[in-house]
Amino acid sequence: MTLRSPLSRVLGLGSAKDGTTHWWAQRVTAVALIPLTLWFLFSLLTLPGLDYETVRTWLSVPISGFLAVLLVAVLTYHSYLGTMVIVEDYVTSSGMKVLTLMALLFLYILAGGAGIFAILRVVFGFSRL
Amino acid sequence: MPLRVRPTSPHAQIYRWQIGNTLSILHRVTGAALAVGLLALSYWLVSLAGGPDSYISAARFFASPIGLAIVLGWTFAFLYHLLNGVRHLFWDAGRGFERTQRHASGWIAVLGAVALTVCVAVWVWPRLA
Repeated sequence: MTLRSPLSRVLGLGSAKDGTTHWWAQRVTAVALIPLTLWFLFSLLTLPGLDYETVRTWLSVPISGFLAVLLVAVLTYHSYLGTMVIVEDYVTSSGMKVLTLMALLFLYILAGGAGIFAILRVVFGFSRL
Repeated sequence: MPLRVRPTSPHAQIYRWQIGNTLSILHRVTGAALAVGLLALSYWLVSLAGGPDSYISAARFFASPIGLAIVLGWTFAFLYHLLNGVRHLFWDAGRGFERTQRHASGWIAVLGAVALTVCVAVWVWPRLA
């Protein structure tokens, strides 16, 4: 016995089966970002300077590099989830919405990927391109 | 398709501005600003991985008057988004919904972010060589 109408069954509409996934991921990343962002802010503020050598030396330390990779990864995900909602709220035409969301995903993967790759280059000292 | 344009809520020109909706919109605005900040963070990391020359040109931009103003804006946006985000997490846990609590925590988020931004500026200012 189901309460769904035959039309609803034919159209295949209804629950997308991902209920609270977006909401929950936004919260989990938010909680993770509290220590990560504060660590990053305090690190930059307490470095003796922000010149090339000082920053490079600081980021080359494995724990700094590791936390920086986590920061960029979680930040990218959290920011993607947030801007996604903004686009869904304000871009009303469905074609534009799909295109904007796709562009957004590409942009975030590009920005996050470049940031993480840059940190790995600093930590592992890949040769200059 | 609907036969007539249905009213949307809250109607921006009619809805009375108060602390609740103002801070809610500010949370979204600062989040959007921080999304751009993520691109800048990624650019800064890539410039660091690229060697001294690229790092110096990036650092020169961030240390310019316009660059410093933007970074200061991101600092406020981050601190507000952090404090108001914690406020949201308390709500998610079912706490702080009373009118006085909502208003108090809202003011703490705004004034706390302003105060901490001033602290960061005062800390950084003498270190700008």
